[in-house]
Amino acid sequence: MARQPDQPRERTRGREGSPWSGLWAVVAKEMADHLTGMRMRILEILIVLTAVGTVYAATQNLRETVGQDPFILLRLFTTAREPLPAFVGFLGFLVPLIAIALAFDSVNGEFSRRTMSRILAQPIYRDALLLGKFLAGIFTLALVLATIWLLIIGAGMIGLGVPPSGEEVARSLWFLLATIFYGGIWLSVAMLFSIVFRQPATAALASIATWLFFTVFWGILAGVLAPILQPVRYGFPEEILAQAQLELTLTRFSPNTLYTEVMLALLQPTVRSVGLVLPIQLHGAVLGTPLPLSQSVLLVWPQLTGLIAATILLFALGYVLFQRQEIRA
Amino acid sequence: MGELVVETHDLTKKYGDLVAVDKLNLSIRQGEVFGVLGPNGSGKTTTILMLLGLTEPTSGSVRVLGLDPARQPLSVKARVGYMPDEVGFYDELSARVNLIYITKLNGLPRAEAYRRIEEALTRMGLQDVADQPVRTFSRGMRRRLGVAEVLLKRPQLVILDEPTQGLDPEGAREFLNIIRSLKQDGITVLLSSHLLHQVQAVCDRVGLFHRGRMVLEGSVPELAQKVLAGAYHVWLQVEGPEDAIREALRQLPGARDVTREDHNRYRVVASEDLRAEAARAVVQAGGQLLGLGVETPSLDDIYARYFEEVHHGTTT
Repeated sequence: MARQPDQPRERTRGREGSPWSGLWAVVAKEMADHLTGMRMRILEILIVLTAVGTVYAATQNLRETVGQDPFILLRLFTTAREPLPAFVGFLGFLVPLIAIALAFDSVNGEFSRRTMSRILAQPIYRDALLLGKFLAGIFTLALVLATIWLLIIGAGMIGLGVPPSGEEVARSLWFLLATIFYGGIWLSVAMLFSIVFRQPATAALASIATWLFFTVFWGILAGVLAPILQPVRYGFPEEILAQAQLELTLTRFSPNTLYTEVMLALLQPTVRSVGLVLPIQLHGAVLGTPLPLSQSVLLVWPQLTGLIAATILLFALGYVLFQRQEIRA
Repeated sequence: MGELVVETHDLTKKYGDLVAVDKLNLSIRQGEVFGVLGPNGSGKTTTILMLLGLTEPTSGSVRVLGLDPARQPLSVKARVGYMPDEVGFYDELSARVNLIYITKLNGLPRAEAYRRIEEALTRMGLQDVADQPVRTFSRGMRRRLGVAEVLLKRPQLVILDEPTQGLDPEGAREFLNIIRSLKQDGITVLLSSHLLHQVQAVCDRVGLFHRGRMVLEGSVPELAQKVLAGAYHVWLQVEGPEDAIREALRQLPGARDVTREDHNRYRVVASEDLRAEAARAVVQAGGQLLGLGVETPSLDDIYARYFEEVHHGTTT
């Protein structure tokens, strides 16, 4: 049959109504699910226990140096005491775990519960459902992280007896924002897999595998790939530098690297560079003096926008796949 | 004849090379209960999804309540209630909370929503279990909850996909009464099923689907006329000379086929009710008439016969 001539024109005409009608109903429902679910409670207990443990250990260490360090409260996040790693070290893998736990069954769970066609038969677009689920995940994550952030600051004030300075609060707020988007990436990854795979268990496994790959193997792989792609043939310093640069660039494809760099620059004001630094570039710098907040943020601005961009890109990919997905099982 | 609630014109849906729905022309009038029948994979669910705008047609046009589901999906979905096959709910939430979510998605104001929820739950006999988690519900209760959800919208058209599948006979009978009560409220009902006697019990008209095409359409007697080539099966229990009786029955005007089923049981297939004539003929042929009756054709017969013919290639 010949294609009707007026059909393409009809398709391009805008859709009726707002794509976001029903969005807040979805967000409210999903957040209620997250916050009352057993899964979330277990994770909350886990993260609160780590926070209490590591911060207590850090306070014990820091008591001796109160008064010497102008950024003592930030040290709460980064100070480790054997055998415990620092709180930020824990966050690096707890945040992906929470994010994956929140999203790995968000779409395929609706299919396996056979609620998807019933929900989409309501006067909403798919856009509202998917974005609603994503926002609910981000809000839940933000809520949990903000609570812990407040707890740590509070515990630090009691434990150390030092009120936080404006700059410390500002720095830790930036750090909170970076942590939320670091979680956002894993939320998008898990959601993407929950669209691709029909089995929630498969989606969870794929998400964890991706996370493990970037946490453990990507660094090793970057170390292997860099010499192959940028071999040092004659031993010139330029060659060695280029290889090191390439390796660094490669490792930055991992969200973990980006997050670690952001964390370093924001929580340790004395950090002046997160990349390679040649001695000549340090000429005239007074080592050990803290950078102002604006400079620290500027230093990791690419990493910060990278985290946000990756979150949005992954979500967009999931969005496209979900729009094209057939509803029938 | 009311106005048309559903109207499709050469509606086609292809999944790659597979033609799920092939040039479907379907029209359903207001206030009608229309049954869509067919084996699994004959395009019933795909058709329903296209009516709701949940799947885009490959070609052809659809009108539901005068709207195009592909371009005005929100208006269509606000007016059409849909209960999918194997309807699922959020098991950990109560029946009431499940319904509240649906009213929110429909953008109903809170007071109105609560009033409608109460009304729908009461009508479906679920008011006593409204605050229990759906996980504790039986299959029949879930289906009733599905209808309660559909009623929240005050729909003009209700689409039920395999509503009685997996229900026990009592549950199925109850469900058919629910469908009848929807019809009494003036709601148009589109119902898909492969449980034929149930379709026959409630539907005004049926459409028989086969490989994405609607091969037959009409009321059950009309279909019987078309497929069985004579809607009446008269059976007789006669004792007497077999050949004479058989010949006498065969001579009856309107008789198409005479078969001897048992040693004294005969069946006459005819285009009209031949009981009186058959009785007379048997007696005149020297037989003793012991019993006589007529079987009205069931949709099962029509269905079985139709697919038998398709199998033998007598119908295209």
